[in-house]
Amino acid sequence: MTVQRSDKRLIRTSEDIVMVRQLVREWAKTIGMNLVDQTKLITAASELARNTFDYGGGGVMLIEQVIDAMKIGLRLTFEDKGPGIDDVEQAIKDGYTTGGGMGLGLGGARRLANEFYIDTKPGEGTRVTIIRWK
Amino acid sequence: MERIPILKMGKFLLVTIQIDMHDRLALSLQDDLTEMIVKTQAKGVLIDISSLEIVDSFIGRMLNNIASMSKVLDALTVVVGMRPAVAITMVELGLDMKGVKTALDMDRGIELLESMMDQEDSESAQEPESDNDSTKE
Ligand SMILES: Nc1ncnc2c1ncn2[C@@H]1O[C@H](COP(=O)(O)OP(=O)(O)O)[C@@H](O)[C@H]1O
Ligand SMILES: [Mg+2]
Repeated sequence: MTVQRSDKRLIRTSEDIVMVRQLVREWAKTIGMNLVDQTKLITAASELARNTFDYGGGGVMLIEQVIDAMKIGLRLTFEDKGPGIDDVEQAIKDGYTTGGGMGLGLGGARRLANEFYIDTKPGEGTRVTIIRWK
Repeated sequence: MERIPILKMGKFLLVTIQIDMHDRLALSLQDDLTEMIVKTQAKGVLIDISSLEIVDSFIGRMLNNIASMSKVLDALTVVVGMRPAVAITMVELGLDMKGVKTALDMDRGIELLESMMDQEDSESAQEPESDNDSTKE
């Protein structure tokens, strides 16, 4: 996989979640992603950015335009140095929330992306990566 | 502080969400609407989301909350203008908006509100049937 272009944004306020949505839309449009795929990717990004802000105490999003074989897509990585997640399986389950949410962020993001990776350690932080191909 | 305007239109309240809302703004809309329903005794609320490019679980929860809160205050809520791409995405996200009535556009939203209100009127005149099935398994 080759990275053609990348950028980074801090996620520190709820306005930054809006900024993430707008940035992802711009990049998705640039690679000619169709409207439904754009909407799916932006929705997943919104969920993950909110988790970074709400649970991770803020963090960063890395956005990358990637190429693999004949495919082009966007890879988004959300990283924080928050409390981490003890039981990832449980956290991904629909409806599971420790913050009074709907518990759909992680599970939903996994369904809305083509690839989903989560790397977390209690006490150290959380990194969630998604890819959506064009 | 920034606020989403709520307009009074006859017996209805009208909210047009024109911007990509951040979470605090969505929460303040929920509070402002509650207050307005009480103050104006509105019987229906129309929320136009045709400008919204996404509905994530936070906005979905807000719409659910508004619908159930307005019900408690004796008002009905209809969400209008959801974009097809948003509707498709919501299903995959797993967002359940069973409690929220939707219509394609404002005109149909108003029609729906009026027909629901008529139905409520005739039901309360006839004394609604008991739907208590707590004895069933
Ligand atoms: N970045 C994170 N850091 C720590 N915990 C997290 C993070 N993201 C998610 N979680 C945990 O996983 C749970 C489920 O997240 P999610 O599926 O987005 O649902 P919700 O945000 O509605 O709670 C959260 O309630 C939280 O306990
Ligand atoms: Mg979440």
